[in-house]
Amino acid sequence: MKYYDKLIFELSKPGRAAYTLPDNGCPKANIPAGLMRTEPAVLPEVTEVDVARHYTALSQMNFGVDTGFYPLGSCTMKYNPKINEEIAAMPAFQGLHPLQPADTVQGALEVYYEMDKALSTITGMKRFTLNPCAGAHGELTGLMVIRSYHMSRGDLARTKIIVPDSAHGTNPASAAVCGLEIVEVKSGANGLVDVESLKPLLGPDIAGIMMTNPNTLGLFEKDIREIAELVHGCGGLLYYDGANMNPLLGMVRPGDMGFDVMHINLHKTFSTPHGGGGPGSGPVGVCEKLAGFLPAPRVEKLPDGRFTVVRSAETAAGQVSAFMGNFGVIVRAYAYILMLGRQGIKLAGKYATLAANYIKESLKDAYKLPIPSVCKHEFVYDGLIDDGSATGKPGATTLDVAKRLLDYGYHAPTIYFPLLFHQALMIEPTETESKETLDEFIDVMHKIAREAAEDPDILHCAPHLAPIGRPDETAAARNPILKFD
Amino acid sequence: MSTFPYFPHTEEDIRQMLERIGVSSMEDLYADVPADFIFKGGYDLPDSKSEQEVRDLFEALAAKNPKLKVFVGQGSYDHYTPAIVPNLLSRSEFLTAYTPYQCEISQGTLRYIFEYQSMICNLTGLDVSNASMYDGPTAAAEAMRMAVACAKKKNTVLVSKGLLPNVIEVIKTYAKYYGTVIEEIDLDGGRTSLDSLKALIAKGDVAGAIVPSINRYGIIEDLTGFADALHEAGAVLAEYCDPSALAALKTPAEWGADIAVGDGQSLGIPMSFGGPSVGFMACLKDYMRKLPGRIVGQTADASGKRAFVLTLQAREQHIRREKATSNICSNESLMALFVTIYLSVMGPKGMCEVNEKSTAGAHYLFNELLKTGKFEPVFPDKPFLKEFVLRPLVDLKALNAKLTAAGFFAALPTEEGYASFCVTEKRSKEEIDALVATIKEA
Repeated sequence: MKYYDKLIFELSKPGRAAYTLPDNGCPKANIPAGLMRTEPAVLPEVTEVDVARHYTALSQMNFGVDTGFYPLGSCTMKYNPKINEEIAAMPAFQGLHPLQPADTVQGALEVYYEMDKALSTITGMKRFTLNPCAGAHGELTGLMVIRSYHMSRGDLARTKIIVPDSAHGTNPASAAVCGLEIVEVKSGANGLVDVESLKPLLGPDIAGIMMTNPNTLGLFEKDIREIAELVHGCGGLLYYDGANMNPLLGMVRPGDMGFDVMHINLHKTFSTPHGGGGPGSGPVGVCEKLAGFLPAPRVEKLPDGRFTVVRSAETAAGQVSAFMGNFGVIVRAYAYILMLGRQGIKLAGKYATLAANYIKESLKDAYKLPIPSVCKHEFVYDGLIDDGSATGKPGATTLDVAKRLLDYGYHAPTIYFPLLFHQALMIEPTETESKETLDEFIDVMHKIAREAAEDPDILHCAPHLAPIGRPDETAAARNPILKFD
Repeated sequence: MSTFPYFPHTEEDIRQMLERIGVSSMEDLYADVPADFIFKGGYDLPDSKSEQEVRDLFEALAAKNPKLKVFVGQGSYDHYTPAIVPNLLSRSEFLTAYTPYQCEISQGTLRYIFEYQSMICNLTGLDVSNASMYDGPTAAAEAMRMAVACAKKKNTVLVSKGLLPNVIEVIKTYAKYYGTVIEEIDLDGGRTSLDSLKALIAKGDVAGAIVPSINRYGIIEDLTGFADALHEAGAVLAEYCDPSALAALKTPAEWGADIAVGDGQSLGIPMSFGGPSVGFMACLKDYMRKLPGRIVGQTADASGKRAFVLTLQAREQHIRREKATSNICSNESLMALFVTIYLSVMGPKGMCEVNEKSTAGAHYLFNELLKTGKFEPVFPDKPFLKEFVLRPLVDLKALNAKLTAAGFFAALPTEEGYASFCVTEKRSKEEIDALVATIKEA
């Protein structure tokens, strides 16, 4: 990767332009001057060549799944198939206005309908909405469904939600946006939700519990049956955070475990590209008794086989996005499901779990493995066994290991999460990586461990080969420069 | 026998990997799962397909979506997309990257977000922009929550009845669960009423107001006096804007707004049946630490090289959990790149032309439609840009059916029974004439 230090504004020269527009032949119309801006907006004045070279140069300072192995825990960075991009870009999909009459968008509505069915069979839920735009947006939508259910029964006291201490940060944040009070339940020494700690939290004020299963340590919450019985017993509902659904593909369905509401990340489990942080898509699935609470608009199939859009519904939790979510992302995910089919979807979870356990067992001689039991799609090390502090220099931290990995051409794992361990290094390889790729990564991780033991300074100063060294983040926060002047 | 192009595992690989792990089968890796939770059935899905079969299937689906000439806006606008924008977006270094957590190998993403933030600030006139939201309506809902956070201990947010219906719906949904009281500001002659705003402020408890810059009837609002009325009551003004039109119109900063939100789709993003789009959100520096979502800032590395990082993260869910300013994590980063490249291509002059040509086309259609005798004005003296409504003097449902059959999407019926139209720079005079001719004959 080569360092490139321009901003598009710095290429600007008055008089240059990269656009062409046709003359539409209509007479000029005027708008009162008092409603117009007094100064033109400052935007770059560049040619198309400038734009092409600038953004190509920027892309070359970026690392994607196509660049190399991306074992970022809880992010499921699997390969993004190219055919899905072509399909999403078809003019007959991209050119559709969201408010067109149903008769003119039957192909698009069929995608919604079939995707709802496909996700339902894969997860064991009854019905999905595809309207949420991301995972956290799905969490919020799912919690709205839970609250709507309780409200519809006049059960207004249920304003608390139980969230495990190992949960993704979005869980408590989504609950807060949904107006719920968060009650944290502790994990036991085995990394799982402690059933005895859960029991005293339950009562008539509990709306439900948010569970991630497998959890953020990659561990299957094996007491889920008892947890489901306890929470249901107190009148609460079970929410499934589908961020970690990948290892369950083909093996376990959330609906069968007693979950009432769930979201799934199409940009994780169903291979749509993450786009540097979005667009994602976070469909929400529910069990039968909650189907009426899913948000509007919804796609329904009519008795004559045609599809229609129901724009509002009396019982619906509300409307959560502009139209019906990120259609372009949904199309890609549907293409992925069709390509793998019933046979391929069954294999994906097992392969993902195999890869994670393979790395876990291969590096436990050099990295602390706090929880040695079998994992699912991901697992967590708690830093180096020998951090090099015996050399008299400060020891190498998880941050140092992560930065050194960049020098060797890898994206780093997720670091310092979950919060249960101080030096957490969370690794998720996914099913699309070959044994050779995993072996090379294992070799490099061993090499980094040896470097740390011999001279931790090599790691402290890493990365050495990236476009920039470690930036001064404190200065960035203390004196915020947030736009080009 | 199917092949799976995304699964690299040979039988020998699997055997060796299981051996290293110390188990005899992949099923053993699920020994911790209670046996009756193991899914033994088959999925109700079709058999796996070849790439060609998948392509054919989607082409058949696409064939069920007839191509229409779009003359409707209402939150999704058919502006022209320069070829270079999707071309650069398809670069896998942008497309297949995650959130820029490892900044040293994410300078591409971080730089374009910084450019995006700068452009949003320049369009709105405000000081700080975040890295993007999901879409316009959710950004407006976040503005509602931000208003409550800015004006401590007040819990009512006023929303103009002139906002697009889906914007109001999403705000109300968020408010219902978050516990914010929503009151609606009346319209007067098609514009948000300052008197109504003042009357609602007088009732007390007002944290802020959300008003459109161009409203659901396409009318350009005159917000004179709005900011003063709100600021005097210790409340904030949030303006919901079409960012394409902001290149021409008085900015939120010039109207005295504290927060600006809106949907970036009008900046050349394909309509794509409503998504993905991108929400934008900007504010005055005073409220910077209340802003939801990611923010990129400029700094330097140890050698002095200019560098960009995610900053002010103490606002965010991964640090603050339930005390975060929002639950947003994934945003619409790639669409923020779309908008950034689009605005670089168009530049200040191109954006002026987009607005001039859209305005010219819309006014031409407006006048031609009146000549047909099938419509009359609803708000005759109110200024509009690319979008407007008319009162139909004929059966709108029958007209809509004829327009669709003729290949037009136009005259969208509104809740009030008006017909909504929109003309972008993409529509030629010939296309407008063809639409008018079809309406005449209908």
